[in-house]
Amino acid sequence: MTDSGAHAAIESVVRMESARLIAGLARYTGDVGLAEELAQDALVAALEQWPGEGVPRNPGAWLMTVAKRRAVDLFRRNHELRLKYAQIGRALAAEGEAVEPEFDRAFSDDIDDDLLRLIFTACHPVLAVPARVALTLRLLGGLTTAEIARAYLIPEPTVAQRIVRAKKTLTQARVPFEVPGPAERPARLASVLEVIYLIFNEGYSATAGDDWMRPALCAEALRLGRVLAGLAPDEPEVHGLVALLEIQASRIPARSGPSGEPVLLLDQDRARWDRLLINRGLGALERAGQLGGTEGSYALQAAIAACHARAFRPEDTDWPRIAALYAVLARRSPSPVVELNRAVAVSMAYGPQAGLDLVDRLTAEPSLRSYHLLPSVRGDLLLKLGRAAEARTEFERAAALTQNAPERELSAARARAAADKAGRGFT
Amino acid sequence: MRFLGYTLGDPSTPMTPPGPEDFAEMNKFMEEATKAGVLLATGGVGPIESLTKIVNTDGKITVLDGPFTEAKELIGGWALLECRDQAEAIEWSKRFVAIAGDGEVRLREVFMP
Repeated sequence: MTDSGAHAAIESVVRMESARLIAGLARYTGDVGLAEELAQDALVAALEQWPGEGVPRNPGAWLMTVAKRRAVDLFRRNHELRLKYAQIGRALAAEGEAVEPEFDRAFSDDIDDDLLRLIFTACHPVLAVPARVALTLRLLGGLTTAEIARAYLIPEPTVAQRIVRAKKTLTQARVPFEVPGPAERPARLASVLEVIYLIFNEGYSATAGDDWMRPALCAEALRLGRVLAGLAPDEPEVHGLVALLEIQASRIPARSGPSGEPVLLLDQDRARWDRLLINRGLGALERAGQLGGTEGSYALQAAIAACHARAFRPEDTDWPRIAALYAVLARRSPSPVVELNRAVAVSMAYGPQAGLDLVDRLTAEPSLRSYHLLPSVRGDLLLKLGRAAEARTEFERAAALTQNAPERELSAARARAAADKAGRGFT
Repeated sequence: MRFLGYTLGDPSTPMTPPGPEDFAEMNKFMEEATKAGVLLATGGVGPIESLTKIVNTDGKITVLDGPFTEAKELIGGWALLECRDQAEAIEWSKRFVAIAGDGEVRLREVFMP
């Protein structure tokens, strides 16, 4: 293997072990920031020693042992650190006399527990959401600051600072390294799910010309969701989120046209939908249901996505079911956007007038004032009802509201087509 | 990236049949790989005697039995992995092989249609 090949292999192995390593060290030291630094030191040691000695049989245990030794060393030598972490330092120093290279027992038996603690800590509400995202990607995804920066199209120093500050905030707020108790758990879990979903959406919104790190965010989010499902298998909304991500990810191969232009769901080539992911998503949705979670927000969105996924052709879509699911979602997490989506489903299920009746109730909604999809949907329904002149006005409004060039062109084209129809007497 | 890992299970690459402790260790490994969000699907591969080839030569389709007719039931396995890169897939395969014992795993990248 070439030097660079060996280097890449080592980095890959370390990255595989990174989250568990940091989690185990965080339990050991009580501080996530310190844990990450120690993990970094272990990585450096691996890059120095493994090329010569070969990758060890149990790389995770090797890294953990080296990191622990370094922790003990640091406390012995670093006066400031000892002051800062006095309690932990004393315990470590005492243990230091006894640290033997017990490679296979380097991890506690509760490494899964530690991983769950790490996830909750990285998504702690004391941190601003962008900090939670960056910390999650860094500590749990093992992404470098450079990779995170490329994925989010922000400068690397910004990411680095964000992470440094986040770790400091956790330390200063004395956030304990633990899983939240039953009272706080729902809100804390909601934060974790939100972070994972945000990461996915960032990747999902990537377009063809973007850096490959952006769509890679979808894979990271999906993996994190799956890991979480393994660690918290009794939480229905975790399975709901995973179901939603698996099914949305299944459409990624079909979402872009030959020139990289976005392709709407109903126009996508369904032969390109990833059936493996769809089946996994349906399975996860089933699990959510078995746990009594069919009306969770993510489970509902997943159920809607599942309706599309089950239809081999657009005309096979169970629109009444989608409309019903949106009605439940609207009651549970009401929002004008959900209501608009419900209107579309209703129009597909029960005809354009039924949909228009719902859309007309939204035209005065302040939060939708600049939302180009509202006039776009309204125009579509008006056209179907033979009201072409009014449809044209709506499409022109939609074109004026959208920031996105391909979408603007699409709306403009629809406006011209509607004008044609109106001109020919189809008012 | 997706990878298919499989063992040949034919006489040219003999495998030591797993004992009961090996199965336990194997199951633990599968569980770990699943919980890591990496193992998408896995299973066994039928005995080598069941190998059949379906061949299209110039429009003529023939079905051929495999070359191994000896009743030596060599079983293999397959796994579909989703990894960040090939190096990660290789590392998982190394760990599998360490548990499975003497033998060979072949790893190839696979793609969606």
